[in-house]
Amino acid sequence: MLRVCWKGAHAAARQCVCGKVKAHPLQHCRRYTTAGGSGSTAGKIVAASLLTVGGGLGGTILYAKWDPKFRSNIEKSVPYSDQLFEMALGPPPPPLVPLQKKPGKIEPLQISSLSEASKESKQPKAKAKKSDPAPAEAPPAVEEAPAPTPQTLEEASAEAAHIILAISEVPSVPAPGTSDESPPGHMAAGEESKDHHEPALKERPAEEVSARLAQQDKAEQDALSALTAGLEESLGSSAKTTLQAIGAQEAALTAIARHTNKLKEAMDSETPPDEKSTQWKALNEALSDRARAMEEAEEALLKAKGELEKLRGMINSAKQSKIDAARPQILAAEENFHSMIVDLDKVVTKVQTAQTEAKIVSQYSELVNEAKAQFQQELANITPEIQANWKGLSGKLSADDLNSLIAHAHRRIDQLNRELAEQRVREQIHIEAALEQLKLEDQKALERAVVSALEHRREDMRLEQEKKVQEVREVMEAEMRTQLRRQAAAHTDHLRDVLKVQEQELREEAQEILNSKMMEQETHYRRITQEQLDTFTLDMSAAYARLKGIEEAIDSHVIAEEEARKAHQLWLSVEALNYTLKSAGADSPTEPLEGAVRAIKENCAENEFAQALATALPEESLSRGIYSEASLRARFYDIRRLARRVALIDETRNSLYQYFLSFLQSVLLFEREQVAPPAKLAPEDLDTFRLLAYATYSIERGDLELAAKFVNQLRGESQRVAQDWLKEARLTLETKQVIGLLSAYANAVGLGTTQAP
Amino acid sequence: MSEKELGQKWDRCLADCAVKLGTGLGLGIVFSVVFFKRRTWPIVFGTGLGLGMAYSNCQNDLRSHYVLHSKVAKEE
Repeated sequence: MLRVCWKGAHAAARQCVCGKVKAHPLQHCRRYTTAGGSGSTAGKIVAASLLTVGGGLGGTILYAKWDPKFRSNIEKSVPYSDQLFEMALGPPPPPLVPLQKKPGKIEPLQISSLSEASKESKQPKAKAKKSDPAPAEAPPAVEEAPAPTPQTLEEASAEAAHIILAISEVPSVPAPGTSDESPPGHMAAGEESKDHHEPALKERPAEEVSARLAQQDKAEQDALSALTAGLEESLGSSAKTTLQAIGAQEAALTAIARHTNKLKEAMDSETPPDEKSTQWKALNEALSDRARAMEEAEEALLKAKGELEKLRGMINSAKQSKIDAARPQILAAEENFHSMIVDLDKVVTKVQTAQTEAKIVSQYSELVNEAKAQFQQELANITPEIQANWKGLSGKLSADDLNSLIAHAHRRIDQLNRELAEQRVREQIHIEAALEQLKLEDQKALERAVVSALEHRREDMRLEQEKKVQEVREVMEAEMRTQLRRQAAAHTDHLRDVLKVQEQELREEAQEILNSKMMEQETHYRRITQEQLDTFTLDMSAAYARLKGIEEAIDSHVIAEEEARKAHQLWLSVEALNYTLKSAGADSPTEPLEGAVRAIKENCAENEFAQALATALPEESLSRGIYSEASLRARFYDIRRLARRVALIDETRNSLYQYFLSFLQSVLLFEREQVAPPAKLAPEDLDTFRLLAYATYSIERGDLELAAKFVNQLRGESQRVAQDWLKEARLTLETKQVIGLLSAYANAVGLGTTQAP
Repeated sequence: MSEKELGQKWDRCLADCAVKLGTGLGLGIVFSVVFFKRRTWPIVFGTGLGLGMAYSNCQNDLRSHYVLHSKVAKEE
């Protein structure tokens, strides 16, 4: 784009150069148009590049959103891309943690194994109707499953808790008769509750477990007692009702028998007529009796059946509860139940046979009645005028009537003979048919009887088997108990022996150890006492020697202390003198040093050196005091200026013109203010300016003495000008020297007399 | 103080100069006016006289230290 513009500009420039002035506006337009043209293509290029870049970015972001690996790669390779991604897509997804699942899985496995074990224990119970093996199965199954796991106390208690749970869960499983879908549902619920209990169970200590066990026992006992009570109750009631039913049935039986007998009598006997009516009345009574007795028997039977059903239900529920102790009672109840049923059935069959007999007899009586009625009807047809009661026939009949009657009788006899002959002929067939029917009925009855007898037998056998199993179990239990007791006894004996032996050994060991220790202690004691004696004598002599030493030391110490005190006093007084030096003001001298010097002289009257030094101090310092170095230093600069100004003036040159020249010299002479003085002074160094430079250097370095020396070398007017300063400097230096000597001496003396702590 | 001495001398000198100059000038003016018909030469003369005296005094003062003083010993 730039090149395009540049070209355009060049073209415009060229045209400008070779073109005319008035072409300029056109050229401007042309430049603008070319710029516009180039601008559109440039704009297109810009737009295209922007589109490409935006597309690339968008595509990258979308793909990164879809594929986290790609995103992480880009973040690693391109800096700041992670920020861009975070802005656009949000934080990166967290990496997967596959390890977390494993510990979670292990626990459900354990629980499922336990639940499987309990399921195994529940399923055989669900399949078989026998209750006895089931509770025995459940604890061994549950015990076997956790056996592989390590047997710590906690886990043992947890197992016990599990067993309790398994046992306690058993009643929740429905009766064997129901469908198979409910047990899995209950199983799942059992698992869940187990899952829920598992973490809680692990925390229960053994006491709680035993408490739970005791509680469980108590609950069992309660259930057992309740069960037995219920069983006994129902047994009693069912027995009563059964007896009642049996009694009623028997009463019905006797009623039927009586009725049948009466009927037979009524059929067969030739009693006089008036007795017949009583007989018939008695028959009716017997019939009604029979009917009533039958009804009663039916009722009683129903009740008995109901009670028996209840009893059966109770027995089943008792079987369900799976309490071992109730088993013999259950067995007994079952036996009673069975016997009751058997009796009831017997009585019912008796009643049925009696009923069939009664039916036969009643049929026979019906036939007889029918024949009688028919005969009567015939007679009535033949002799219509004769009344119904053909028994009064003998006195009132005429000869025709008699003849017709006899003829009818003959005809009847013939007919009957014919019928008889027919009957004889058909007898066989009838008999065979009857036999067949009888056979069939007999067979049916037989089958029924066989079936019921089989069932009874089966029940009997089962009961017997159960009884036998119970006995065997008891025997086994007793035997096991005796064996265990024997084993426990043997174990205690063994333990006792082992303990005795161990005791003996330990006792001997202890005795030995005791003896050795005693010996040690004795020797130790003797040695220690001896040592003590020795040390005591040593200490005593040492103490005496030390005492002597101490006394000597104290004596010498006193002397030393005295010396030290004196030295200290000297030092203090020297310090006081030093302090007075500090009392110099900016331009004023110090206090007169007289007082301090006097103090020194007093303090060290016997110290000659100090005395000499104290007297060596110049008089002026004593009376007037000295100037401080700082003030001298400040004053020096005035001196220096003046000395420079009068550098040319001496005894030969001292006119006013010379003064002017000297001043001019000082103004025009440029030199260093401070020049380091050489070790040796050459004659050319004795120039005023040089000397002053050296002196300035020295005084700047704090060397007043050297400065004074240099100033002392001044000659002429400069010397005169610096005279007073020099005098003061000399005084200060002297005093300082003496004081320095004194303090050094005091320090030395003090150091000498100081005793190290 | 010896260093102050010079300063004091210069002070005296200047004061003396001022005085003498003034006096000379004054006398010169007076003489010029009174005796010499307002000619300038007496003023100049008087000023010069004053200046000279001041200079001489100053010089003497400044070199007073170096001047040897002799004494005639009295004969007994």
